[in-house]
Amino acid sequence: MHVILFAVFAGFCLAGAINLLLQSHPINSALSLIVVMTSLAVLYLMLGAEFLAIAQVIVYAGAIMVLFTFVVMLLNAGREDRTLGSRAALRIGFPAVVAFLAVIATMILHAQGLGQASLNEAITTTEELSAVLFTKLLLPFEVTSVLILIAILGAVALASRSEGQEERTGGK
Amino acid sequence: MSSFLSQQVPLSWYLLLSAALFSLGVVGFLFKRNLITVFMSIELMLNGVNLSFVTFAHQWHAVKGQIFVFFVMMVAAAEAAVGLAIIIAVFRARATLAVDRIDLMKL
Repeated sequence: MHVILFAVFAGFCLAGAINLLLQSHPINSALSLIVVMTSLAVLYLMLGAEFLAIAQVIVYAGAIMVLFTFVVMLLNAGREDRTLGSRAALRIGFPAVVAFLAVIATMILHAQGLGQASLNEAITTTEELSAVLFTKLLLPFEVTSVLILIAILGAVALASRSEGQEERTGGK
Repeated sequence: MSSFLSQQVPLSWYLLLSAALFSLGVVGFLFKRNLITVFMSIELMLNGVNLSFVTFAHQWHAVKGQIFVFFVMMVAAAEAAVGLAIIIAVFRARATLAVDRIDLMKL
């Protein structure tokens, strides 16, 4: 059962990621990224991370990708013109990525002591996670909330038209 | 065949999937020509790394890996908000999303 679930959702993940690269319209790329993130949530659940699976659906597939699709629609982004990019990317970047993947794959396949995952193992409950998060790691948690607040303010400041800019565009 | 149909999946498969997702993200970052799609490729890379964190948290039965993923998610949310705001500002200034044409700082 675990093997079948893994094969199905890993297949969804890879298909979505490859589709993201092949689609030329950004909205199609965004939708395939949602497929990748939702199937990753199922994989997290299979690895026993229940809170992260829910957070993945809510934060990534929900909030972040909604933001992406809104921006794609707001800017009315059309098809991208297909160029193969810079020659440096083609000649150095692509072989470097293939070499990186080969090195990582051989390292993983030769690694000793990696365990197995099965469905009937104990999952890490939200209670255990929050016990650590709100006792040992309370300060980093609060710092993250400050970071989010600053990010919201920065996003609003960047995306809203400044008054001078509005006058300039209004004068045209 | 019986090992294929057994109940267990080796954790190295999860790690291979995470490496493949990360590499596909890098390829997208290098070859996509649309600013928003380049940004999506970065999110894909973050997700690939998150999967390997969760896998190792399962391997060592430790909560720390999952907490790291939690913080990565929070920072990714902040990063997406600011990054998309920057993309909107760039689109207002240059009226294009093609990365080839956003070359003001190019020599």
